[in-house]
Amino acid sequence: MAVTRHQTRRDVVRGAVAVAAAALACPAPAQGTARIAVIGGGFGGAACARALRRLDAKLQVTLIEPNKTFTAGPFSNEVIAGLRELSVQQFSYDKVAADGITIVAQAASKVDAQARSITLADGTTLSYDRLVLAPGIDMHFGALPGYDEPAAEKMPHAWKAGEQTMLLRRQLEAMDDGGLVVIAVPAAPLRCPPAPYERASLIAHYLKANKPKSKILLLDAKDNYSQQKLFEKAWAELYPGMIERIALSQGGRVTSVDPATNEIVTDFGNYTAAVANVIPPQRAGRIAEIAGAADHTGWCPIDPVSFASKLVPNVHVIGDAAIAGGIPKSASAAAAQGRACAAAIVNALAGKAPETPRLDGACYNTVAPGYAFSLKGIYQPKEDQYAEAEVTTSPVDAPREIRQREADQAVEWFKTITGDAFG
Amino acid sequence: MPSALINVPKKAKRGDVIEIKTLMSHIMETGYRHTASGDVVPRDIITSFTCRFNGIEVFRADLYPAIAANPFITFFATVTESGKFEFEWIGDKGFSETASASITVE
Repeated sequence: MAVTRHQTRRDVVRGAVAVAAAALACPAPAQGTARIAVIGGGFGGAACARALRRLDAKLQVTLIEPNKTFTAGPFSNEVIAGLRELSVQQFSYDKVAADGITIVAQAASKVDAQARSITLADGTTLSYDRLVLAPGIDMHFGALPGYDEPAAEKMPHAWKAGEQTMLLRRQLEAMDDGGLVVIAVPAAPLRCPPAPYERASLIAHYLKANKPKSKILLLDAKDNYSQQKLFEKAWAELYPGMIERIALSQGGRVTSVDPATNEIVTDFGNYTAAVANVIPPQRAGRIAEIAGAADHTGWCPIDPVSFASKLVPNVHVIGDAAIAGGIPKSASAAAAQGRACAAAIVNALAGKAPETPRLDGACYNTVAPGYAFSLKGIYQPKEDQYAEAEVTTSPVDAPREIRQREADQAVEWFKTITGDAFG
Repeated sequence: MPSALINVPKKAKRGDVIEIKTLMSHIMETGYRHTASGDVVPRDIITSFTCRFNGIEVFRADLYPAIAANPFITFFATVTESGKFEFEWIGDKGFSETASASITVE
């Protein structure tokens, strides 16, 4: 599922242009009294904040997150398909606070990396010695003509779990039998690369049971995708004739949308959807750009060993916002990065050299209740970028018991990852 | 799946600048790669793309190994009369494909 590996040659981004900033421009305070601010309370930010406190209970750790509850992305495709309620995706920060982490329930509106200070939404400022940015993604409104914030109310992206997830679910529930569901898939990099295909599978599961004359059309700006053979086999087996995909080389790239008519336009065709799920191009969460940590690609270049920003001093970037080579933008990868970044910060404060991280990530895809497969990877820095050290994908030919076992493992995985971050 | 995809507006006003989009499915093998046993993978690319309007050449492109698979070529034209666009792709190993599209100019 290497995000970069699947880019076509014409997409390959020009070489690294980042100017290395002096990583230790400010003298580090004595270990134990250091103030660490973490912006973003997702899987990466929560894992990082908790790991910091676990590694050194004297650190002053502040987690800045405007949402009172976190809504998890993994398994949210099951909410869309009516297999799960949104409430089981939601977690409070009470246990995180109980670890001795100060929770600031506000958005950060400005970061001054030179002064090492954060301005919050209410105008107050907060000083730090080290800042960890874990802002996740933002939709890149404007990158797809016709698709802006009001358009997302008509053609939901449902790419951040929450109200958008429920909007797409309600639209599917309200759709007549025989309707066309169009899913627009952007080019890499995107959050959770196989999720559009998991979503198509679970929507097909819902339609098969409730609106069997309906069809799903994936308009895809990519030719190949993660675990493609597994998805295609599952579709042929479970949902024959229900899911059609038009790949990039067949003219599948979406060039514009019209929320007034639910029309989706590609280079070579026009499609009118009964339900339009438009997943737009993405970029690092806005605060990363404000802090000066994002480059011209919209994402944040980092040193893979320490997660230190290559653009601003005393700032680390983890999770979906970071340019992390072969590591897919996924919840488990973000959590692994959060823990590794915490270790790197504690080492740096102690004046020790960072250890080379070895990160693992798992990515489960559920295509029907009791039918799942996965990709598990181990990632290590190689030539200034993360590379896959080892990747295991579920076998394409496997009996249903194996798929059932992976579906059970997926449920356990969700309990573990949400428990580690919020439990 | 058709190997050629064409997008030409069906109608235009005289003098309009229209966008023409084409995509040809092709491997575009560079000739610089080797197999595991060390043999060169022979070059197999499209070398030439031509567009004619009512028999007259209006656009041509030469293609080289650095061009990615499934070449997507898009260009603009000014239309002064109704007629037919004809597209032709020629390449290695005797590759030859054509496609056409008509436009009505009002």
